[in-house]
Amino acid sequence: MNLDRRGFLTLAGLGWLTPAARLLARQAEALDGPAGSIILLWLGGGPSQLETFDPHPDAPTSGGTRAIDTAVKGVRLASGYERLAAEMGSVALIRSMTSKEGDHERGTYMLKTGYRPDPTVVHPSIGAICCHELPVGPVDVPRHVSILAGRWPGRGGFLGGEYDAFQVDDPRGKLPDVSAFVPAGRDARRALDLDVVDRAFARGRSARVEATLHRRAVASARGMMSSEQLRAFDVSQEPAGTLAEYGDSPFGRGCLAARRLIEVGVRCVEVTLDGWDSHVANHEVHRGLAAQLDPAFAALVRDLRRRDLLRRTVVLCCGEFGRTPRLNPFAGRDHWTNGFSLALAGGGLRAGLAVGETDPEGLKDPARPVRVEDVHATVLTALGLAPSRENVAPLTGRPIKLSEGRVIPELLG
Amino acid sequence: MRLRDVGFVCVVVGFGLAMGRGVIRPASSPSARPGRQVPGRPDVVGKVDGAFREGWRARGIEPAGPAPELEVLRRMTLALTGAVPSLEEIRRFEADGPSRLDARLDELLQDRRAADYLAERLARAFVGVEDGPFIVFRRRRFVAWLSDALVENRPYPEVVREMIAGRGLWTDRPAVNFLSVTRDEMTERPDPERLAARVSRAFLGARIDCAQCHDHPFQPWTQGDFRGLAAFFGTTRSNLRGISEGEDAYRPLGRGTGEPTAVAPAVPSRPELLPAEGPPRDRLAAWVVHPENPHFARAVVNRAWALLFGRPLVDPIDDLPSVAEAPPALDLLAEDFKAHGGDLRRLLRAIASTEAFRLESTDPPGDRADPADDETWAAFPMTRLRPEQVAGALAQSSSLAARGPRTPWVARAIAYAEGNDFVHRYGDAGEDEFAPRGGTIPQRLLLMNGELVEKRTKPEFWNASKRIADLAPTDAKAVELAYLAVLTRRPTPEEAAHFAPRLEGTSGDARAEVVADLFWTLLNAAESSWNH
Repeated sequence: MNLDRRGFLTLAGLGWLTPAARLLARQAEALDGPAGSIILLWLGGGPSQLETFDPHPDAPTSGGTRAIDTAVKGVRLASGYERLAAEMGSVALIRSMTSKEGDHERGTYMLKTGYRPDPTVVHPSIGAICCHELPVGPVDVPRHVSILAGRWPGRGGFLGGEYDAFQVDDPRGKLPDVSAFVPAGRDARRALDLDVVDRAFARGRSARVEATLHRRAVASARGMMSSEQLRAFDVSQEPAGTLAEYGDSPFGRGCLAARRLIEVGVRCVEVTLDGWDSHVANHEVHRGLAAQLDPAFAALVRDLRRRDLLRRTVVLCCGEFGRTPRLNPFAGRDHWTNGFSLALAGGGLRAGLAVGETDPEGLKDPARPVRVEDVHATVLTALGLAPSRENVAPLTGRPIKLSEGRVIPELLG
Repeated sequence: MRLRDVGFVCVVVGFGLAMGRGVIRPASSPSARPGRQVPGRPDVVGKVDGAFREGWRARGIEPAGPAPELEVLRRMTLALTGAVPSLEEIRRFEADGPSRLDARLDELLQDRRAADYLAERLARAFVGVEDGPFIVFRRRRFVAWLSDALVENRPYPEVVREMIAGRGLWTDRPAVNFLSVTRDEMTERPDPERLAARVSRAFLGARIDCAQCHDHPFQPWTQGDFRGLAAFFGTTRSNLRGISEGEDAYRPLGRGTGEPTAVAPAVPSRPELLPAEGPPRDRLAAWVVHPENPHFARAVVNRAWALLFGRPLVDPIDDLPSVAEAPPALDLLAEDFKAHGGDLRRLLRAIASTEAFRLESTDPPGDRADPADDETWAAFPMTRLRPEQVAGALAQSSSLAARGPRTPWVARAIAYAEGNDFVHRYGDAGEDEFAPRGGTIPQRLLLMNGELVEKRTKPEFWNASKRIADLAPTDAKAVELAYLAVLTRRPTPEEAAHFAPRLEGTSGDARAEVVADLFWTLLNAAESSWNH
């Protein structure tokens, strides 16, 4: 068998490791600086804090949810998160999140951008901010990716559509829109023909056609179609054992693809696990989802740590809000914004602790409340970005800070 | 079941329900009647043209030449129906008499397709684009109501009054969706602040809501103005019986004190136009649409201009200068709008009849650094087509006949679902639809390799590519038809010479493939993604 280097790498499952990406990887390793990427595990619909990161087993509101011990003394998780419990030393919880947005779309906007929806401007999501602020490496694939994108994937907002997340489905399937439906020869010819049409169009309006940057976008898109880095999306290149660790689910595969994408230099990967909107049968809904979230989240943290990527990658796991402590007549929980939970890992943030505390009945406000924008400020700071840095929104010329929050001192500094 | 399957079932069931309720109309009779009188151009057109000419002369600018008729037909059809003209429409247009652009404009303005499309565009400003499971159906009902109002050409002030002051259930009073869509899950009532923001932006062309947190930096609005406006909605209730009025008042947190403070309804300017008596929303509605209210007419003129040109006359669309800094066309058109009882159709016809609308989209004269920013209107602006226009153009160019109310509803239902998926992937502009947006790589990928593009261009019986390959009498004619179908123009001699020889001596599938590839190239060219 005649194997060239690339063929060997491909067989070894390392085909994505092209020279450029390797260079990048080496550069990044040499850098002992701040984190460079963010993985957002998005729990769409709003998970119940009581059945995930903030159990109150003895309160009447628990509805039978039990708590388990974790690797960190004194920090307990809801049962169903046994694997995550073992990784607790690398994870930080915030249990006293507060927000003012109790609607799915508005809550999603709030959590993803760190700002309340505002008709005067569309704020960029945190992933778009990272792509905009952090240096560009030699990456052919989009630097902002949303796997299993829900209804409201991360958006570039006023930074521009080019910072919108590139949306892909279950990494087991074919990547959408990156291969031509016709044979390569025909595809190349029809693409070459674009010149003829564009030339005719540019007559008398060359400056305007130039300003559309259309050809540049076409060239980048075609560059991506033939890029070796596309293999980062292909989780079938991983050993079966790794796949099994992440869990045999679209979400598990999404988390694994997220790690592979981070390795080639993608700045932000959003992986969505939808279905937490448990107005009915809250406990069953959460049991089912925990079976997907627990292995994937735990494996991701462990895998990143083993590869020494965790220090440079922030993992943020949250949904748009939490759920009411009181169970409704359908054994469900409704939307709740006054004391919900999220989890953070990596990026040099302190781990193995829980910030804030909620009242089991939800009657009292949470102790040590944390605002959504504070989480954003903390994550941005971990990424080496100053939250107070301003970008100017077009048209209005209004300067807008990356985040208006304050760093959470328990996690950083 | 996957989310998409659930979605499909919902769409099917929804369409059934919608058909039953008359939300989506089955084939209705087309509005064009042959041989009818084309109404003359509104006289304001001459004044607007004069004002622009005057401006260009004063600045020493030579405006672009008149655009070819087919180019004007394309931009007119895109603006009013969200699609390019069909081959059938182009053929009819070219067979028509000398003032055919005016005749076509008049036809389009009375076309149900245009009403449906414009209603959808306006709805973005009125009720936003939120698409929760309960909102979608109500929103469609609202859009259908608005579309009816446009077809009947009901006076615009009356339509707006119904939205602001409406009461009742969304089923028989679709206008109340304007209020109920802002319902806050936490307080279980329409949100007075979001409503104040909507009213000020959509109907006053003012961002009074910027004053929600601070006084507006460049405009006279204060936080007090904003709260006064919001207070008109303080007693509005929304429950299973629909929109009604309650008892208590609007009590936002006081500035500085942080304590709830009662705020009385007040308008930000011209208080003498506000009726002293009546329920608060009726009073506000009367003030908003009052002929003496200077903001109302200017806001609608700027929006109508943006719908037709792809760019508002004054940017941003909802932050109009309060005094005379605006271009003269804004006030000329606003005066005419008021003088004719808020006739929206007349306004659209006037704008689409101006010289500025019919100029070539050449580079703006002189050395302007950023041609996208040209505010002289001495050449037609080039703007990126909106996602649903790209989807509409894609669907239309693949079929020879015009799609619209006459297309069987099943076909339209499929087109609607496909189009929505395409629009979602292409990246919907949302409410902020006139903000300039850059083209993205995923958009290019979607247009090059997307399923919808493949489905619409591949040589299949129903697709134009196949029919052109089979039916065009000559190679040159086949190329010409493809150009007309996608770009609404004929190929230049250079283009014809490049593509026609490819077809020489081909037949059957091989021929259809060449035409399909040509369709692909034309759809992926910059020209087809831009309004020009």
